[in-house]
Amino acid sequence: MGSLNNLSWRALAVFAVIIIAIIYVLPTIKPTWWPHKKINLGLDLQGGMHLVLEVDTDKALEGTLERISQEIRDFSRKAHVRYIALNRVEGNRISIKLQGQDNIDGFDKLLDKEFQGLRILSRSTDGDVLTLTLDLPEREADQIKKMATDQALETIRNRIDQFGVSEPDIRHQGEKRILVQLPGIKDTKRAKDLIGRTALLEFKLLDETHDLNAALKGDIPPGSEVLYGTKEDPATRRIIKTPYLVKKRTLLTGAHLTDAKVQIDSQYNEPYVSIDFDKKGGRDFGRITEANVKKRLAIVLDDKIYSAPVIQEKITGGKARITGNFTTEEARDLAIALRAGALPAPVLILEERTVGPSLGTDSIRKGLISMCVGGLLVVLFMIVYYRASGLIADFALILNVILIAGGLAAFQATLTLPGIAGIILTIGMAVDANVLIFERIREEMNIGKTPRAAVDAGYNRATLTILDANVTTLIAALVLFQFGTGPVKGFAVTLSLGVIASLFTALILTRMIFDYYLIKRKVKTLSI
Amino acid sequence: MQFIKPGINLNFVGKRKIAFMLSLAMILISIASLVLHKGPKYGIDFAGGTLIQVKFDGPVKLADIKSGLATINLGKSSVQGFGEHSEHEYLIRTDRSVMTEQGFSLEVQKTLASSTGHGVDIRRVEMVGPQVGKDLREKALFAMFYALLFIAIYISGRFELKWILSIVMAGALMGAVYLLSIFNVSVPYLIAAALMVTLFLFWFLELKYAMGAIVALIHDVTITVGIFSLFGKEFTLPIIAALLTIIGYSLNDTIIVFDRIRENLRKYHKNPLEIIINRSVNETLSRTILTSLTTLVVVLTLFVLGGGIIHDFAFALLVGIVVGTYSSVFVASPILLAWNTRGKK
Repeated sequence: MGSLNNLSWRALAVFAVIIIAIIYVLPTIKPTWWPHKKINLGLDLQGGMHLVLEVDTDKALEGTLERISQEIRDFSRKAHVRYIALNRVEGNRISIKLQGQDNIDGFDKLLDKEFQGLRILSRSTDGDVLTLTLDLPEREADQIKKMATDQALETIRNRIDQFGVSEPDIRHQGEKRILVQLPGIKDTKRAKDLIGRTALLEFKLLDETHDLNAALKGDIPPGSEVLYGTKEDPATRRIIKTPYLVKKRTLLTGAHLTDAKVQIDSQYNEPYVSIDFDKKGGRDFGRITEANVKKRLAIVLDDKIYSAPVIQEKITGGKARITGNFTTEEARDLAIALRAGALPAPVLILEERTVGPSLGTDSIRKGLISMCVGGLLVVLFMIVYYRASGLIADFALILNVILIAGGLAAFQATLTLPGIAGIILTIGMAVDANVLIFERIREEMNIGKTPRAAVDAGYNRATLTILDANVTTLIAALVLFQFGTGPVKGFAVTLSLGVIASLFTALILTRMIFDYYLIKRKVKTLSI
Repeated sequence: MQFIKPGINLNFVGKRKIAFMLSLAMILISIASLVLHKGPKYGIDFAGGTLIQVKFDGPVKLADIKSGLATINLGKSSVQGFGEHSEHEYLIRTDRSVMTEQGFSLEVQKTLASSTGHGVDIRRVEMVGPQVGKDLREKALFAMFYALLFIAIYISGRFELKWILSIVMAGALMGAVYLLSIFNVSVPYLIAAALMVTLFLFWFLELKYAMGAIVALIHDVTITVGIFSLFGKEFTLPIIAALLTIIGYSLNDTIIVFDRIRENLRKYHKNPLEIIINRSVNETLSRTILTSLTTLVVVLTLFVLGGGIIHDFAFALLVGIVVGTYSSVFVASPILLAWNTRGKK
């Protein structure tokens, strides 16, 4: 067994593994020593925010259909087709009523030419009145929903990048959910406001021909709606809500923005957000203002009216400003949201976990203390119980922890508080393999074998058992890794690493040390 | 040093009737507790809701916190001390889960500061919506299910090296699960059904070692869950992780005893099984106790020094290790014996 040459090769391999592990761990201890990355700490250890958002993809579909209805209205007007009613019903269907053969023929032509993508759900005639229901085919609808989630993710990523968070993690989770992890963030309310706001900027005309008070009582004219603007009275700190009657039709959106930035109003010394349109946006804005001079144009953000100034003259140059008693921070966040663009649909926060930095530091401290105390107790116990052989097992144990740390750094895995618990648990369980072997060796020596024969027999007989016993823990850990989230995943990682590392140290490393003493140094007695 | 002298021969197998009664009693108590509490008590991970961990900079009265919270609309809420008493930390829980949006934690902070007269640090906020809670519950159950599935397949082949049988097992289990999933059976029933199928297959294919191991495993998990329920502790994601670890640990112990039994069966095949089993348990006793001891020591330090967040997790592991060690000696091996005496009749 184990010729000298064989032993040196094994020693070389073992040293290589240990040195690689140490190289990976070094940056975590002192970053300047080696440029590799540090061990990632989970949000529960370094503090931060974990959010799961759900994109209301149905709203994105409704938005698309609303736009299509608007297009149908525009095309109908151009083609002189007159309809009795044209509405979006049940969220994602368009219902149209037409009277007279001319109108019906004209509309059919229009439908064939411009709106081939629409599916005809039902078509019924009652006298000379035709009722049509249209919608989008499922594949198209699914595509729109998927696009909405993708686009929302990109938009949120943009916003967070501009907000300035180091190493954010933003990813899909399932079909319409987005996972956002922001390590080290302190002002969680601001971050949530920034991520969660839709930031849909719209310009709409006020409906000045109808009575606002009548509308508030419920008599809302068709094509108009009541929206509110809120202002805080700086003297009384009361929030005042002002209703406005605005036309539903959106004249211009923030889609044509090129830039949005915070500026300070020189007159009132108040921050506002100035926006620049691109060429098309600027042209549209000019056309709209020209056609509506002396009318009031409402600036609507997420269905809230920020201001509704009277258009004095045609505005060229494609610039506008949004005012509304902002603090500098609010204005800055609004500018970020506008620059990053609107979310294609509203998002809802489904899950939030925030850990303050002080708690994270506490957790690290307590975790490390438990690890040191637990580790020390085990180390002492092994020396007392197995003497010199216990020392070998302890050496293996310490290497074990280094290997786990090296594995964490090498795979860029995340260390969490349950992850630390996993390492602690591994410390307790890792000695198991050595205990199994040592007990076996003791048994073999009791029946009169020489140390060398006893060690050989001990390792040979215990190896398979150790392998198998660890497979079960590995199965549990791998299943956990697959199904676990966040902190629990961290536990699965350290537990799996711990199992693998303890197999390596118990079956290869301690064996090698025994062989070295018994074969190469020809030691005749065994302290076990 | 040696705790257990080499020639030791305690009569474990002879005590199996007492052990059996004890296990049965524990399991019945566990089930009774679960039934009385109307199932496991779910933490916010699974039930949904909001949890806020606050730390005051001085001693405060629980009543002051409660009166402060009463002024803001929290819904059904509860307050309890958390971690070390000297750290003045409290956990506030509510079943509502939608209000973290508008500067909610700031509001809590202000209210509590004025009602208690102490500085407040909001250390942790966890909000889980009802939908996510339901998803996580399902995910956790699936994790348990798959762990059981893989382990059942592994141990069916592992003990008697009948890997073909284990493929049959895998096929039969997958088939049964597939059949049930067609009928849209909920996950808890799926787990129960998979366990039944597993037990039946082990019995039918005469996989006695696998049978002993899986019974010990069910025993351990049931009692751990039962004790958790008895102490009124909450089930959260980390607790599920602890349960899975216990499954692995319990099997680990059982495998080692069973391996020794099979080894001794070859060596002393003329002896009656009862003596061989008892001998094997005694021979591995030293190792069983040592490993449990070292593991218990580290988990105990985690339990005492690890802080409030990891407290329940460590508690689950403590219970699981004790029960798992007990079961590998007193449950798994006697089942082997019960199997054989039944076969002879």
